[in-house]
Amino acid sequence: MATVETPDKIESIKTSTTERISGAEAVVRILIEEGVDLVFGYPGGAIMPVYDALYDHQDHVQHVLARHEQGATHAAQGYARVSGKVGVCLATSGPGATNLITGIADAQIDSTPMVCITGQVPSSLLGSDAFQETDIIGISMPVTKWNFQVTKAEEIPNALAKAFFIARSGRPGPVLVDITKDAQFNELDFDYKKCTNVRSYIPRPALDIEKVKEAAELINSAKRPYILFGQGVILANAEAEFKEFIEKTGIPSAWTIMGLSALETDHPLNVGMLGMHGNYGPNLLTNECDVLIAIGMRFDDRVTGNLSKYAKQAKVIHLEIDPAEINKNVPADIPVLGDAKESLTELIKYVNPASHHDWLQKFRDCDALEHEKVIQDELHPKTEILSMGEVIRIINDKTGGDAVLVTDVGQHQMVACRYTKFTKSKSNITSGGLGTMGFGLPAALGAQLGAPNRTVICVVGDGGFQMTLQEMATIHQTGAKVKVLLLNNEFLGMVRQWQQLFFDKRYSSTIMENPNFQALAAGFYIKTNKVTVREKLEAAVEEFINYDGSYFLEVMVGKENNVFPMVPSGSGVAEIRLE
Amino acid sequence: MELESEKQEFTITAYTENHVGLLHRITIIFTKRKINLESLTTSESEMEGIHRFTIAVTETEETVRKVVKQLEKQVEVLKADYYKKKEVVQQELALYKIPTESLTNGLEVERIVREHSARFLTIEKDFVVIEKAGYRRETKALFDELKPYGINEFVRSGRIAVSRQEYGIGKLVEKVLAGETA
Repeated sequence: MATVETPDKIESIKTSTTERISGAEAVVRILIEEGVDLVFGYPGGAIMPVYDALYDHQDHVQHVLARHEQGATHAAQGYARVSGKVGVCLATSGPGATNLITGIADAQIDSTPMVCITGQVPSSLLGSDAFQETDIIGISMPVTKWNFQVTKAEEIPNALAKAFFIARSGRPGPVLVDITKDAQFNELDFDYKKCTNVRSYIPRPALDIEKVKEAAELINSAKRPYILFGQGVILANAEAEFKEFIEKTGIPSAWTIMGLSALETDHPLNVGMLGMHGNYGPNLLTNECDVLIAIGMRFDDRVTGNLSKYAKQAKVIHLEIDPAEINKNVPADIPVLGDAKESLTELIKYVNPASHHDWLQKFRDCDALEHEKVIQDELHPKTEILSMGEVIRIINDKTGGDAVLVTDVGQHQMVACRYTKFTKSKSNITSGGLGTMGFGLPAALGAQLGAPNRTVICVVGDGGFQMTLQEMATIHQTGAKVKVLLLNNEFLGMVRQWQQLFFDKRYSSTIMENPNFQALAAGFYIKTNKVTVREKLEAAVEEFINYDGSYFLEVMVGKENNVFPMVPSGSGVAEIRLE
Repeated sequence: MELESEKQEFTITAYTENHVGLLHRITIIFTKRKINLESLTTSESEMEGIHRFTIAVTETEETVRKVVKQLEKQVEVLKADYYKKKEVVQQELALYKIPTESLTNGLEVERIVREHSARFLTIEKDFVVIEKAGYRRETKALFDELKPYGINEFVRSGRIAVSRQEYGIGKLVEKVLAGETA
């Protein structure tokens, strides 16, 4: 039924500025035109012409050689999330391309702008099961915002222009452009124009001011309004508008893991974390508010718990850029479609100044209870066993909340996100939606390269670290000053916690007989240290933070510590357990 | 708005660009949610260069509504919507191949074909091909009547449908194309 897309949308009339160059050279020139100065990747047969072209432009485009294509994707994600720019990955055909899939899926569910460029076998061999041929377009389709196969050199400018535009506009996401080797070798008349419009695609729905007024009216009449904010605030660069909005209305605000760092930790209206391992008050009081205002978040099941017991009493206002998120999980009484910055700018005009002391006090009371039952012991354990929380507490003391936190997935992720202090936005980088173990280390490398003047602390567990630890070599080769904190409990801790609580302590395949991590890190020429007793912890963390270079700090923590509070799977948010 | 919660027949229409791979992108939205596509038809639309998908499913309205939003979210989909059974004029086309000898043994087959407002497309030495357009129950009824005469081959097309409104979503598609989207 379909025809091949031709490069018709961008004027292909030859002007004096056109130049005859190879497709591969065009790829690199386009990267430069799009402001890309850093790409992550791994070479191989089908992408070699592009790598050859990169060789001539090393002054403009630096290439980071990951040790596995998955690492390249997570590094590109870390880079994108910390800098707000598009992360770019290069990989060859076949296994190179398939190894990108986990990172692409992660970027898709966490709305990270990413452009992946894969080499493909020559167009004459497509469909012949050629060496390293795989249908990466078909494979990546469910996890990309858009993808396209280029088989002719002259299609490259239009395809990549669209790729960058689609990746970064609207609700961002990953795109993949697959370029056959002959299209890289063949020449084209090069004339590049950035894409600013795709006729079938509406990145930002137009704001309906009537909905904004309705929302404001409901907020103005609310007795116990409550805000849930997510990454939409960060992606829209709407942190200042968000703060102005909550300060004017005095509404307690809780964050999803993806929204973390959009509002500084110590802000009096920041009431904490939502979800399964979030704070007590933010979960419990979801079912006591009268108006729930969701901003740039998508009511993930890890946030809502059992939907049939979620905020049934509340009127829901949902500020969201993606129409498909409206009424997907939680019905919105007043949907406000649009970019968060634009929506909040308008909403601020129509809301009345207010304060909600008594309501806010309820959150404070919950905090006090959580502090007594959970936090106190986590941050200042009474036993000799080291806790993850106390390590994070000391990090906060040393950084003052100024660092970028990159986490892997599991117990350490929940503890680090719960207790790390933030003073700046775009400072929390984690795999939220996909929960990708192995994300942390390469993402931290990308984050450090995207924010070279900031301290980047990568908190990993012993499980996830071993999934992508080969990127220690990339850290060494790039000289990126990544601080890797391994919280080692010699277990797949989160699964073990569930086994303890819900599977009668049957620890099926969660005990880790680990390698000598100190020797491993040293083998990658990275400075290391290991802490097993509390007396050595503070000095070790101080050295870890202050050392001018990458550093691997391993802390042996309680083997069977649990993360609380917890909303058990299938329970409602109000059924949150403190112990 | 209250949605009817029981599964029922829906026709989903999507106006799209005409690009390689879009069919796959559309179908995986259904696959991901384990929704069976009863039929899927693509064709040109009333607008030059714009394609149209017509998809038949039996699902709850809530699911269909979410799926339509996911369809519309795809970069190359201009507009999508769904219709209940009574909101569309729909047809399917069926072809029946039966042995020619069944005609030579009396006038029964010709009577059946006439009564069902079907027609002979071709009459060959060994077989004839009968064509019938209509609702599923109508093409099924003809099938049942022809069955005793031996059906060598049978095929039915996917559903095609237009809305029971003066214009379908085509007008909205024009707005998208003109960049006047709300």
